[in-house]
Amino acid sequence: MTNELLNLDPRSEHMLRELAPQVLGAVIRRFQDFATAEDAVQEALMAAVVQWPREGVPDNPRGWLIHVASRRMTDHVRTEMARRRRESELALEAVTATEWTAIETAPEEDDTLVLLFMCCHPALTLASAIALTLRAVGGLTTAEIAHAFLVPEATIAQRISRAKQSIKESGIPFQLPTSEERAQRLRALLHVLYLIFNEGYTSSAGPHLQRGDLSREAMRLTRIVHALQPDDAEVIGLLALILLTDARRLARAGTEGELITLAQQDRALWDRQQIAEGVALLSAALPKGSIGPYQLQAAIAAVHDEAARAENTDWPQILALYELLKRMSDNPMVMLNHAIAAAMVHGPSKGLELLRALDSDARLSNHHRLDAVRAHLLEMAGDCDGAVKHYRTAASKTLSLPERNYLLMQGARLSGVDGQE
Amino acid sequence: MKYILLMNTMKVGDDGMGKWPKKDQQAHIAYWNTLNKELAESGELVVVEGLAFPDQAKLVRARKDGTPATDGVFPESKEFLAGYWIVDVETPDRAYVIAARASAAPGPGGAPLNMPIEVRPVMMSMRPDELL
Repeated sequence: MTNELLNLDPRSEHMLRELAPQVLGAVIRRFQDFATAEDAVQEALMAAVVQWPREGVPDNPRGWLIHVASRRMTDHVRTEMARRRRESELALEAVTATEWTAIETAPEEDDTLVLLFMCCHPALTLASAIALTLRAVGGLTTAEIAHAFLVPEATIAQRISRAKQSIKESGIPFQLPTSEERAQRLRALLHVLYLIFNEGYTSSAGPHLQRGDLSREAMRLTRIVHALQPDDAEVIGLLALILLTDARRLARAGTEGELITLAQQDRALWDRQQIAEGVALLSAALPKGSIGPYQLQAAIAAVHDEAARAENTDWPQILALYELLKRMSDNPMVMLNHAIAAAMVHGPSKGLELLRALDSDARLSNHHRLDAVRAHLLEMAGDCDGAVKHYRTAASKTLSLPERNYLLMQGARLSGVDGQE
Repeated sequence: MKYILLMNTMKVGDDGMGKWPKKDQQAHIAYWNTLNKELAESGELVVVEGLAFPDQAKLVRARKDGTPATDGVFPESKEFLAGYWIVDVETPDRAYVIAARASAAPGPGGAPLNMPIEVRPVMMSMRPDELL
């Protein structure tokens, strides 16, 4: 997804993406118009991609970008209403009066968090929030985002423009949320980052199990949030969860893109450094008090990651963590994972008993995971026919191609049609 | 999640709206244009394609040497695909709402046609540049 940035060396590209939200913040403060400022900053980033490889990176890249974006901004605004024109000329004077090299190198204020809160505002649809976050804060182009989501560029452009429209209509101010709304707004922000990560890690639809670029971008953005909010337990939790999950990326799919389950993965391929970082973050977060769902999920991922072999997994601890998580969320996927952990600790009949209680849950009735888990537990219990039946039912319901192939092969393996067992 | 909305309405010898009064044809076309424009504006449209009449269809099978053997139209088929949309929406219910809009396109006299629209999740998407 880096076609536009191919000409730029990775260090400059990284710098550009880091600067994108800071530059946008500065331009918004100067012109008070988020939607147009966001377009202007995109144009400045593109200008940098074209000019920097040719002319060298300027001494003050941040000032350069603000200068170019402000110039584009005035161009945009000039074509608008007379009232706007007067404002912009005042702003233009302010810019030209100062040589751009003199524009302060250090940001007066880091606007990245303000921008993130704005882009992930609950008034926006999730699809719009995701697209806008990746562009305005991530510094990705519309084309890159479209490429990552496998939709036409115009579709993403439209989502971004609708997001801007929602921001305008809701009158969301360019400032940090008030302390009353902070918790809810932070939850929305973390949810958007989590969805971006998940889209990259388990592409919701596609031949490839994972699209690394999106997961990496989600990790980078979550790191930024963590740097700005280092003491928030759920921010730490999400960053740790992303690190600990993404650490298994290379082991998760085979050469043909086929799914490899946790138990079957070559653990030598796991990223030890990322695991160590995730575990360290979690350990540091524990004394901070309140425990949230991201932290718990990260703790579960850590227990898996710390087992040298699948059979060494500390299932009683995982079960205890799922008990806690179950109390905190009404997510049926948590109930399913809890049933698996119970089966690993107390045997498959305990897990199957827990699954029966989920049969009446309308959210799961047409979900492949219930059948897939039941198939797995029936196989553990030695009921091959039952397992084959449910593997096949799960295969017919899943919306992921690698998962369907995996489930069909499990069914084939157990039914003996491939002559191996 | 992406969904494909398949519109199966054509029959062999069907010339679409050929026999409808002109104003009904115009209303029908305007209805599609409005729907497509709305889907583009909502950021949900991935692609929309309409297909040529079934008379243009050929049934192809490989001969023993692998070369194509083509057959003409197949009057035994009751229905043909007329066209499809691929939309990228947040819930299946949203895909059904769009399908219902498509189904209710106006026919002769402006009455809704209530055509059956088959809605199915898209399981994989690939672009040529991903394979090169």
